[in-house]
Amino acid sequence: MIPAPFDYVRARSAEEAIAALAEHGDEAKLLAGGMSLLPLMKLRLATPAVLVDVGRVRDLSYVRDAGEHVDVGALTRHRDLETSDVLAEHCAPLRTVAGEVGDNQVRHRGTIGGSVAHGDPASDLPALLLALDAVFVVRGPGGERTVSATEFFHGFLETVLEPDELLTEIRVPKTTGGFSYQKFQRRAQDWAIVGAMAVRNGATRIALVNMGGTPLRAVAVEEALAGGASVEEAAAQAADGTEPPADINATPEYREHLARVLVRRALEVASG
Amino acid sequence: MQVEITVNGQSQGHDVEPRTLLVQYLREVVGLTGTKIGCDTSSCGACTVLVDGESVKSCTMLAAQADGSDVTTIEGLAPDDSLHPVQAAFHEHHALQCGFCTAGMVMATVSLLDEIPDPTERDVRLGLEGNLCRCTGYHNIVEAVLAAAETSR
Repeated sequence: MIPAPFDYVRARSAEEAIAALAEHGDEAKLLAGGMSLLPLMKLRLATPAVLVDVGRVRDLSYVRDAGEHVDVGALTRHRDLETSDVLAEHCAPLRTVAGEVGDNQVRHRGTIGGSVAHGDPASDLPALLLALDAVFVVRGPGGERTVSATEFFHGFLETVLEPDELLTEIRVPKTTGGFSYQKFQRRAQDWAIVGAMAVRNGATRIALVNMGGTPLRAVAVEEALAGGASVEEAAAQAADGTEPPADINATPEYREHLARVLVRRALEVASG
Repeated sequence: MQVEITVNGQSQGHDVEPRTLLVQYLREVVGLTGTKIGCDTSSCGACTVLVDGESVKSCTMLAAQADGSDVTTIEGLAPDDSLHPVQAAFHEHHALQCGFCTAGMVMATVSLLDEIPDPTERDVRLGLEGNLCRCTGYHNIVEAVLAAAETSR
């Protein structure tokens, strides 16, 4: 399978990438590691006329201690997250979940920014960043803006990114509280059929993978816990308000069942 | 577009279409067919090669993205007729049945042992999760990887 023809532009900096996007408009797509975009292009589900390759913008690859939070460059690869000493000390959940993405080969190429900008509800990192209440830094021709994870994901493979904007940084609050990610899949390297994360950082926050068109917070579970419910009682509400998809792997009903079981397990581990 | 890629230590320059996949480039332009195309959807790992020393799935990378990089394929692991320690261990432990996944398994193993020189059996199984053997010959593959790790120490 070969992608449809396209013009290839290599950006050497964020500014060059933004200029190329401005020139080519919504005919263009940004290419980071390519782990999500290239498979879509090979299936001809995506046929951009221009690919703007940001894979070599090395100054957007970093993990920095920034006091209250950790700043992560959008082009930091999963491999660099799962081996990061800064994350080991200040944000272990991001380190752990980065190591759950795909397989070694995918983690050698894929980037956190690429995963976030792709906005796939079945991906691991978008849901985690929602649970962690991360902030995304976005740069466009008019300058820079920040968007909270809660507002970033709009619909299936849709985010609030404009066609001429580049995600440059992810700001992740530090956490040393309990954490667990429960990922249910049929083959080791697959996307989660359903995933559930629990992060205890003061309050408990729970996010769901592949339970709707976007990554989701399990708000009913969070409220039940805050109101004094037991883990068992709270987890029973894990599927409330969700509209999980039907596909070859699972019916919506089965996904709802998985969400309740996985949220309970995630809470048990995170509390333990 | 022009790409300059060092393949198995030899620098190569070719004019390719931007949409040329790295695996296509290696097999059809450079003429090295040891790297296999299996699923063609970045699931099976048969097309695994090393780019700057790290395993990647060459069916899901453009040749353009490898421009300026060092690529190692199964043909370049050991000089002439000799075997790389990982190849020797696969041979010794009969870590193949039909052999189609072998080149990718070996390349993924070389990268894995570079990152984890002293792996447990679990490290090996997790580390090779991106490589599928349709003959399900995983038992001997894991044995071979553990043996290769021991030889290399």
